[in-house]
Amino acid sequence: MDDTNPSSVTRRYLLIATSAVTTVGAAGAAIPFARSWTPSEKAKALGAPIEVDITKLQPGEILKPAPEWRGRGIIVVYRTPEAIKRLEEENRKLADPMSKRSEQPTYAKNPTRSIRPEIGVYLSQCTHLGCVPKYYGEAKPEQFDARWKGGFFCPCHGSKFDLAGRVEKNLPAPLNLEVPVHQFENEAILHVGIDTGEFDE
Amino acid sequence: MSESLENRGFVARSMTWINERFPWTPTMEKHASKYYAPKNFNVWYVFGVLAFVVLIIQLVTGLFLTMNYVPTAEGAFGSIEYAMHEVDLGWLIRYAHSTGASAFFVVIYLHMFRGFAYGSYRKPRELIWLIGMGIYLVLMAEGFFGYLLPWGNMSYWGAQVIVSLVGAVPIVGANLAEWVRGDFVLSGITLNRFFALHVFALPGVLVVLVFVHMVALHHVGSNNPDGIEIKDKKDEKGVPLDGIPFHPYYTVHDFFAVMVFLILFCAVMFFAPEMFGYFIEKPNFEIANPIATPDHIAPVWYYTPFYAMLRAVTFPLFGLDAKFWGLVVMAGAILIPVALPWLDKSPVKSIRYKGRISKFMLGMLVVSFIVLGYLGTIPPSGFGTATAQIATLVYFSYFLLMPWYTQREKTKPVPERVTGGH
Repeated sequence: MDDTNPSSVTRRYLLIATSAVTTVGAAGAAIPFARSWTPSEKAKALGAPIEVDITKLQPGEILKPAPEWRGRGIIVVYRTPEAIKRLEEENRKLADPMSKRSEQPTYAKNPTRSIRPEIGVYLSQCTHLGCVPKYYGEAKPEQFDARWKGGFFCPCHGSKFDLAGRVEKNLPAPLNLEVPVHQFENEAILHVGIDTGEFDE
Repeated sequence: MSESLENRGFVARSMTWINERFPWTPTMEKHASKYYAPKNFNVWYVFGVLAFVVLIIQLVTGLFLTMNYVPTAEGAFGSIEYAMHEVDLGWLIRYAHSTGASAFFVVIYLHMFRGFAYGSYRKPRELIWLIGMGIYLVLMAEGFFGYLLPWGNMSYWGAQVIVSLVGAVPIVGANLAEWVRGDFVLSGITLNRFFALHVFALPGVLVVLVFVHMVALHHVGSNNPDGIEIKDKKDEKGVPLDGIPFHPYYTVHDFFAVMVFLILFCAVMFFAPEMFGYFIEKPNFEIANPIATPDHIAPVWYYTPFYAMLRAVTFPLFGLDAKFWGLVVMAGAILIPVALPWLDKSPVKSIRYKGRISKFMLGMLVVSFIVLGYLGTIPPSGFGTATAQIATLVYFSYFLLMPWYTQREKTKPVPERVTGGH
């Protein structure tokens, strides 16, 4: 453009001004599209807390079928006294034995990662890529581990978790299984998704 | 006799009428009858055309699949069964589309290998290469979104694994994954948007990129197995001495290749559309179940080399966990060919005249890719992981060591004119 011509200077300013406005406008126009991809009201409503009856749960077993919360399975495991003892012993094979990096509410930041030592509540979702770890509760040699002490094994990429959902070192999953917020109403009723101590009737 | 002359007169008159209003004849001459391609093309030069044929197959069969498909968590699986069993020849359209997906990657990988071997990415074809890599990335996304649509259990868990990968991005990962899913877990909401992307957004991008790819190709002209620029030696009319008109020479050549390809395509489509679980995996005959992972998750074969690399990273580094580095390695492996035009410092283009190290490295690249592809289909094991780690290193060394070995090695003299051809 010829800078000495006043009309071309005007044209350049107009070009800059319209480009700037267009950029801002385009960014603004992208917001509704981006926002439409966030979880809808219906999706959020389905994420409400659940009530779980645990009276039928036996020592050494997990609750079946797995309760669902926010579309994910919940592991509710009833640990035997021997299993609890094993969890409290030091274990060099674990990646995060004290759950320093892993996700859990503060009341579950202990060796058994639970409110009640015998009942563990975990998201049934491998922290690697979200597969469902399988329950191998007994301490006996398994195909994937000759010195298996009982816990969960992810069939997708081979991550191993103990009965408190703690992951072993040098496996794909970086963290222990997540503990969802939860609370016990009494011996028989467990709530997942709420830990305020309030109980609806 | 007089009648046919009159007819010819009418055709000629019509062409004149059209050409005054639309550049039909000049366009045809520019891109076919006066477009000069090197005379020494070999069989490696048919895969671009074949990729175009598969694109057409996918667009047409895809269009007809949408006429029976229901993009909801409740309806998707059933609507595919309905299309397979109750729509007249619906199974054929569906198998053509699923076979087409695998065929697309077969021809694209061979097409890319041709580029690797003959240095088709080198100057002045860098942009053709970059656009081609864009097509490849869109194609991978297209395949990924499409694989969720049948809403089988492998669809579901495959998508779950890949969307979770987004979650490995530091800090914003978890929110980003939730945003992509539109839910706290992969659900019908996710299915619905993947459907929109698969049938509307990405095919549009793909068609535009393919068009731009060909515009760039016709601007600079094709490379050839000798890696010599035919435009350097022209006759007095400006026609390359080693060039032959694309039409009729290569149109006939390509038509023949397309026929052979379609025979093979039909053989697979009719006799082995599932390809023993490699094209359509067994767990996908069960409906998606968000609380039961299939015993063994493996992506479709065309992603398995990269999936094996993702799994091969089992150790944290620099305070970031293995999952994040797995994502970095996988994304790096897919994207690194983008840098090829600038990594290759060899004075020659074609593998024919490159030195022994280049030949060895290219061979090792192919071997590592196949080994990784196989490892990605089988369940994880200690030995498998170690092998995958070595193969990943081999794969990356082809690219990262290229500036070094292409300068160091002794190359053969390149002939003045192309060799072979008729």
